[in-house]
Formats: sequence, C-alpha cells, structure tokens
Amino acid sequence: MSKINLVIDHIQVSVESGSTILEAAKKMNIKIPTLCHHEDLCVAGNCRVCMVEQVGSDRLLPSCATPAAEGMEILTNSLKVRNARKSVIELLVSEHRAECTRCYKNGTCELQHLSSEYLIGEDSLIDLVPLKEFTIDYFSPSIIKDDSKCIRCQRCVRSCDQLQNIGALSVAYKGQKMKIASFFEKPMYEVVCTNCGQCVNRCPTGALIERNYIDEVWSAINDPQKHLVVQTAPAVRIALGEALGMEPGKIVTGKMVAALRRLGFDSVLDTDFSADLTIIEEGNELLQRLKGALVDKDPNVKLPMTTSCSPGWIKYIEHMYPQLLGNVSTAKSPQQMFGALAKTYYANKINVEPENMVSVSVMPCTAKKYEANRPEMHSSGYKDVDLVLTTRELARMIQQAGIDFLALENEEYDSIMGMSTGAAVIFGATGGVMEAALRTAYEVVTGRDVPFDGLNILPVRGMEEVKEASIKIENPLPAWAFLDGVELKTCVAHGLANAKKVMDRVVKGEANYHFIEIMACPGGCLGGGGQPIPTNKEIREKRTRAIYEEDAGKPIRKSHENPEVIKIYDEFLVKPLGHKSHELLHTSYTERNRY
Amino acid sequence: MPKKNLKRLDLIFKNELDGEQILEKTIKRSKQDIINDLIISGLKGRGGAGYPTGLKWKLAGESEGDMKYVICNADEGEPGTFKDREILTQVPMKVLIGMAVCAKVIGAHQGFIYLRGEYKFLLDNLNEVIDDFHVLLNKIGFDFRVKVFLGSGAYICGEESALFESMEGHRGEPRNKPPYPTQSGYRKMPTVINNVETLAHTYSIFKYGPDKFKDLGVQDSRGSKVFSVSGDTPTPGIYELEFGMSLQKFVEDFGDGDAKAVQVGGASGFCVPRKKFGRTVIGYQGKLTGESLPTGGSMMIFNSSRSMYNVLHNYLEFFVEESCGQCTPCRVGTQQLLLGIEAVKRGERPSEYLDKLLKLAENMRVTAKCGLGQSVANSFSSIVENFKEEMIY
Ligand SMILES: Cc1cc2nc3c(=O)[nH]c(=O)nc-3n(C[C@H](O)[C@H](O)[C@H](O)COP(=O)(O)O)c2cc1C
Ligand code: SF4
Ligand code: SF4
Ligand code: SF4
Ligand code: SF4
Ligand code: FES
Repeated sequence: MSKINLVIDHIQVSVESGSTILEAAKKMNIKIPTLCHHEDLCVAGNCRVCMVEQVGSDRLLPSCATPAAEGMEILTNSLKVRNARKSVIELLVSEHRAECTRCYKNGTCELQHLSSEYLIGEDSLIDLVPLKEFTIDYFSPSIIKDDSKCIRCQRCVRSCDQLQNIGALSVAYKGQKMKIASFFEKPMYEVVCTNCGQCVNRCPTGALIERNYIDEVWSAINDPQKHLVVQTAPAVRIALGEALGMEPGKIVTGKMVAALRRLGFDSVLDTDFSADLTIIEEGNELLQRLKGALVDKDPNVKLPMTTSCSPGWIKYIEHMYPQLLGNVSTAKSPQQMFGALAKTYYANKINVEPENMVSVSVMPCTAKKYEANRPEMHSSGYKDVDLVLTTRELARMIQQAGIDFLALENEEYDSIMGMSTGAAVIFGATGGVMEAALRTAYEVVTGRDVPFDGLNILPVRGMEEVKEASIKIENPLPAWAFLDGVELKTCVAHGLANAKKVMDRVVKGEANYHFIEIMACPGGCLGGGGQPIPTNKEIREKRTRAIYEEDAGKPIRKSHENPEVIKIYDEFLVKPLGHKSHELLHTSYTERNRY
Repeated sequence: MPKKNLKRLDLIFKNELDGEQILEKTIKRSKQDIINDLIISGLKGRGGAGYPTGLKWKLAGESEGDMKYVICNADEGEPGTFKDREILTQVPMKVLIGMAVCAKVIGAHQGFIYLRGEYKFLLDNLNEVIDDFHVLLNKIGFDFRVKVFLGSGAYICGEESALFESMEGHRGEPRNKPPYPTQSGYRKMPTVINNVETLAHTYSIFKYGPDKFKDLGVQDSRGSKVFSVSGDTPTPGIYELEFGMSLQKFVEDFGDGDAKAVQVGGASGFCVPRKKFGRTVIGYQGKLTGESLPTGGSMMIFNSSRSMYNVLHNYLEFFVEESCGQCTPCRVGTQQLLLGIEAVKRGERPSEYLDKLLKLAENMRVTAKCGLGQSVANSFSSIVENFKEEMIY
C-alpha cells in the first residue's frame, strides 16, 4: 500500500492511500464531528457536519467523503469550518422536534451532543417543525419510528440495505418533503422488516428507537404477587459493560447477575441453559433428518437444515423464502424454550403458580421483542416470555436504580436453569451455534470429541461473510453406522445480506450443505440491534474475543454435558424430540408477504 | 427597434450536409490531435460549470475501465432555458457526431442522450436520426451506438452524478466528488458527460479547425454561445452570440429600455443590477468576481415594474421543491431562506435578519454537496445585496 503525505492542522501526517481525511485526522487523535458517517456503512456525505477546509480552496470538503491526497493542507478547526458546522447543526435543529427532556435518546443522542458542543442558541433560525406534518409509528412491538426526530442521515437506509439487503426503509420525496419511509409508508410491523434493529443501533437520534419495556418491568418487580424470573442471553454479558462506562470486550457476567438481584428479580437465570438445550434438540433433529434422508430415503425430509434461534432470520425467511420454511429447524430459539420451561418445569420446581410468574428476558436483540409477542409462543398456557429488554434497557435500569455497577461483586446464577457450558456462551458469536452443535453431534455419533484442537472449530469462527466447514465422520457408533464416511457439510452466514447469498444458492440447488447457521445480525448476536451504541467492526471483534475467552474458561464446554440439561431430560422432558419437547420446545412458521 | 451592438452568429444552427465526411475525416485522426484541437479552441462546457472540454475528454481517455460511456446531457431543466431543445430539433446530427468522436477519443462503444422527460415529443424524430447515424457508423466501420434515455422530470437529474444514479435506476441523488465522472461515472465507469451545445460546438471545431472557434469571444471565453433570452424584452428567443460580451451591450440590444436587472444563468445564476451592467462580462474571465458571469445560457431581463422580492421568492420556491433533499445545507437552508425573507417582509423578523440569511447562504455555498445547493447563494446574495430595500419594504 502506498502512502500519502498531507498536513492537518499544521502537522504532517502519512496515511495509507485510499484513506479519507476523516480517517487521517482520527489517526492524529483529532476528532471531527460526524452524523451520517458510520464505520459499518458506505460513505453518504449528506449531513455536511464533518466539513474541513483545504487551504487555498474556496469550498469546504466533507472529510468523511474526501480521500486524503498528496500535499493537501487541511484545517479542521478554522473559523470558516466552525461557522459552517455550526450553521449545519442549526439547520438540523430548526427542522427537528427538539424536546430532549422528553426524548428516549436524551443523553445518548448525537445531535443533542453536537448542539451542546456548538452552543446552538435560541436566537437562531425559524422553527420549521410547526409547519410540517410528521408521522410517529409506535405500532410495532420492537421498533418506534418518529419522523419528527429524523435528521435524514440515511444511516438506517444504508443499514437495512447494505447489512441486511432488505430495503425496508428508503428515501421518499424530494426537497422539503424528503423523508425516510417504509414501503408505501405503512407501519413498520406491516412491511418486510425483520425487527433486527440494525437501523435502530445506528440511528444517531431518537427517530428510530427500540420499544422499551422498562416501566412495565419496574411495575412487575414492585408487584408483591409476582415472581420475577429473568433470563440473560449469551451476548449480553460481553457488552453490557460498554453501556455502563467500561471498555468494549469486558465480560461482566458476575456483576450483571448481582445487578439483576439488586433490581429485584426473584430468580436470575441464564438463557445459556436453554441454548444448551437448543443444541440437544436441534442436534438431534439434524441427525434425525440425516437418517431420514440417507437411510429411509424419505423425499419429504428437507436438507439442508437451517438454525432457528435468530428471530430476525425467522421473520426474514417467512417473508423472502417461504418455500424453504420446511428447511428451518423446528426448535424454538433459546429465549422461547426458556420461557416455555419457566412457566412449567421451573414454576413447578419452585412452587409458584405460573400465572403469578412474570418472565423477563434480557436480549441483545430487538427482534426478540417481536418474537415474544408471536401468538404461537404460549406453549406454557401463558405468554411464555412476558417482557423483553435489550442490553441497553438493562443498562438504563441499572443506572436508574443507582447501582454502582463497576463496584459490584460477582455473583452466580440461581439454580436450576442457571447453569451453562462454553458451548452455550459462543451462541453469541457468528458460527457459535454451529460449533456448539458440532461438538455435541459429533460426539453423539462417534462417542469421541470433535476432531479439532481443544474443541475449537476455528473454520466457523471469525467475521468472514460466509464460512464453510466440513467434518468427515469415521467409525461411528453402531446406531449411526449409516453415517460412516459421510462428510458433514456446514455453512455459516451472519447479516441477512450474507444469508441471502447462501439461500439463493439453496433455492437454485447449488448448496449441498447439511446444516446452515444463520444469524440476522453482523457478527451474530454480539452485533445485535439491542446492543450498546456504538456497535462497529472493531467493537464486534472485541466482543467476539470476550466470548471465546469465556468459552475457553468454562469447565464444561459441551452442551450435552450440562448437568442441568441432563437433569431436565431425566425429570421432565424424557428425551430429545420427545412428546414434551414437541409441546414446549418446538414451533412452526408462518408464510408472509414478500412486500 | 432594438439596437444591434452584438453580432448574431450562425454556427450552431447552420445545417451542414457534410456530417459523414467530417466524421470519417475526424475519427481517422489521432486521439491526441483531436484533444489538442479542442484544447486550442478554448471550448468550455456549456452546461453551466464551464469545464474545458478537451481536458475532460483527455482525462476520460486516460482512465482505466472495462467500459466507457459518452453521455449527452439534454435534461435542460434550468427555468428559462430552451436552447438544447432547439439544437436537438434542428441539428441533432452535429451532437451525435460530437459524441462519436468523443467515443473514439476515450474508447467508448456506447453513448446515451439523457433527454428531459418534458421533451418526449422530440423522441421519435431523434430516434430516426439516430437510426441514420447508426447506418453511417456501420458504413465507416465504427463500433458505437447511441440510445436515448428519457428522464423523469426532476431538475436535480441534470446534475451529472444524479443523472447517472437515475440512469442506473436509483433515486436521483448527486454523488460525492471525487471521484469525477471521467474516473467513475455511469455504472462507475469512466464517462464523458457533455451538454448538448458543447457537443454541437465540437462539430464546428472539427469542421473549421480550432482557430476559427478561438477567434470568436475573448480570452478564457471562446467561441459562440447560445442564449435563451426572456423576461422584459421585446425580442425573446434563442440567439447565438459571441462569448465574452458586455452585459451593457446585451441590454441595449435586447432590453425594453427600462431594464433594472438581468438574471444571468437562471435561478442558480447571478442577478446584475443596472449600475453594474457596464462592468459585467458574460463568460469565464478569470476568477469569478461577480463581474464575469458564466451561464448555461439563460438571460432574464427585468424592468422597473418587477418586484425583485417576488423574483427571489420564485427562485427560492423552486429550490425548496427541487433540492434532492439529501444534504442538510440545501434541504433545510433553502426552506430557511424562503421563510426568512417572508418573515422579514412581514415584519416578523428585523431587517438585520437578512444579514443572518446572507451568512447562511454563504455557508450553504461552501458546504452543500452539489451545484444546486452551492449555487442558491448566487441568486440569493446578489438579489438581497443589490435590492435590499425591496426585500424589506
Ligand atoms: C442542479 C444542476 C442541474 C444541472 N442541469 C443540467 C442540465 O440540465 N443540462 C446540462 O447540460 N448540465 C446541467 N448541469 C451541469 C452538469 O452537472 C454537467 O456539469 C454538465 O452536463 C457537463 O457538461 P459540459 O461540460 O458540456 O457543460 C446541472 C448541474 C446542476 C448542479
Ligand atoms: S432526538 Fe436528540 S435532539 Fe432530538 S429530542 Fe431526542 S435527544 Fe433531543
Ligand atoms: S429492523 Fe432491520 S429489517 Fe427492519 S428496517 Fe431496521 S434494519 Fe431493516
Ligand atoms: S431515522 Fe435515524 S438513521 Fe434514519 S435517517 Fe433518520 S436520523 Fe438517520
Ligand atoms: S445540494 Fe441540494 S440537490 Fe445537491 S445534493 Fe444537496 S440536497 Fe441534493
Ligand atoms: S459525516 Fe461527513 S457528511 Fe455527514
């Protein structure tokens, strides 16, 4: 890579060719304000807040969109630059229903932050808000879209298009009427939106936010009649700290458990437990399908089988590839397995009437909110999961409760349904479900450890868009003799744009995989829409490292060795894919419109 | 009867019957020779920005790309201009030959005419000429095809990068520059995009040589230019005049004797008040000082019965509508300017608010993403500064 030399604020700097001025400045620890820019997305250059001056040139340059060029002389803080930036922020505010004290993003909003930094005063421009009509869409259980807070940076549009390849949001109209709209401006819950929240995670303002259930949870906690059960998803523990002032990549499981007890949850349990259970059910389903296909030659058996634990992915395939719904594992997501068991098995164990139980989950995900509200998710006879919080909402509750998170001593999950393995932990990373499933399935079939050094199945790890791995089965146990010599072929994709690439090949019959893992969000759940903001490539990598660290440190690293999982089959479920499992742990899917 | 200070020219609209010969002769020449001729001629783009045409072709020729394209910009959306329509009606073959020579120079095999939606009525005739043109190309064995692409009516789609987006089936939003079209244009491939008139001029240069073209006009503003004259004039219409003319002479020839201002270059151009007519030259004389004004060709004359407030109000309404809306300074700034002058006029804001608006316009000029937002300040500041009383009272 060739180098480019330029001068920024009178200091010489050398950067790789192709870098933008913004990147060059960042390298020198000069912070240039941005709004439309996001590391995960292509350059837009539309907010015009990142302007810098090139000495000798009349117009300013957008630093996020301008490549650094040899010999450039850039000023990032000249009077002309400051005036221009201030003018841009003033314009945005004049078009904005700025009522920060009543806004969900109060304190975390990028526009608010810049307005304060640039001292946007009262004496400014004409307020355009009363002259316009705005739509506020609060019909979805996952996402609220409030156009009066939108600065039209199009980060959401680019997230949905580039990361997810869906295009649920796009730019409509021009001039003063220009806005971000869903298909025919229908409510979000009626259009092809997966509720993944990637747009929410990248919206700099309060225009796209998660529907929060904080007050509902507080009410339940304070209801003496209610027994509050909370479950925490694998990816929450490696990101929660970020929202509470810690560096990315810190594992805070013990502190999180302690905080949840302080908040007033009666049972603090772990979605990791049901992640292990998912592996048992889904792994057995895969083996059953393989047997059906290879031994019984049953033409109705659908392969490849895909995972089902990402509700964004489920909604996506229901819309986009309904013909392939038979390929999706019928196993519920860990959240919903947990919910169904909480109000049956667990309620029974602790002697609480299920109607007096409130089941709360903490998820890295906004789609889980939608999932919990699916009509079919009532297998316990009640709503299996009552309220879903994102990682961000939990952080907010911890702040509201005045808990000094950093000072908390580590605590352990309650038992039962609080124990988990390394296999469950890695559910939070792309490739994790695949790795966990292979650790178990291979051992079930052969009686031996999966043939990877230290159980680490490296080919399915990492941020590559689509990953493939295969394992040849040799010397299986007698019951699985039909698998002898079979090369088990797997594929892993994260982000729906990548999922689409794989599924298009499946449709064309060009994908000869047996098992496909799909996570709707880039990087898997650790990059979920409900995770702390910002989420970007660098942060996803740090969270990933934390996840594999947690796995490596676990005494048990295979789902089928989880003692509580073994126990629940002994006491309650009887056997994988058995009658009880079907009733509580498996589900069916709904074909939806493609538009 | 209007005076005749300015010489009327007849280069562009003269019907030439030797197209075939000129094309055959020219594409046999070396690329370098053709580019040199264009550079010597001093031809600058007639779409408004005035980029040297020879240089544009040279850069596109040097760019690497699997495909290259030549595009004729016939979107002609600037209020008050209708010269490109006239050229495409009367001498379309000149434009096509210009495109073919450009294709030869840069190595393109596909060309497009991006025709303004409202000019659909030209389509049949144009397609017939293109058929003849293809026959001609076959005859001389040159592999090049031209297709007409019909625009959909948004003013912003005349901006070159928004035009590419629109041709690619996307929303007509201008792109970031760099990269420029010569590096990455239509389908991200090196592209020359020229105005209709620019291409027609290249024909004259190929036919008569660069010196004849250069002899017309003045330094930095060479050749002739087609003007669309409108407003308070007894003789509205299309005129081919020498470039670099004095505005004073122009007003003497075309005004009704009572001109108080001329808007040069349409809504995105500059307004020149009577007292500055004598000092103003129409062309690209050195740096833009307000005394040398480029134009896509629109010349609108206002006499003393006109309210310059209303004129500005109209322009601002146009921009508020026609902004693509993607960038902050233009989307919001245009609305603020419009509401701002209304508020001052109604007495809801003090007259000093105009100073704030002038600063805003200046900030829009230096921060907006494309020529549209950047040039709102041209008409805004020139009208507000020169006719301040009319804004307030
Ligand atoms: C808002 C806007 C509208 C434009 N509309 C036109 C147009 O209608 N026709 C045109 O030739 N150029 C138009 N242009 C200029 C083009 O972007 C481009 O500079 C021109 O087509 C280049 O051709 P030239 O070098 O021959 O002038 C427009 C520019 C802007 C910013
Ligand atoms: S979106 Fe930001 S600026 Fe707007 S009201 Fe909310 S906090 Fe304030
Ligand atoms: S939630 Fe996901 S699918 Fe829905 S609009 Fe946002 S990015 Fe697109
Ligand atoms: S909704 Fe948010 S991300 Fe989308 S354009 Fe508006 S402010 Fe930007
Ligand atoms: S200046 Fe106006 S027309 Fe140009 S990109 Fe910005 S909003 Fe669109
Ligand atoms: S951050 Fe550069 S233009 Fe928006």
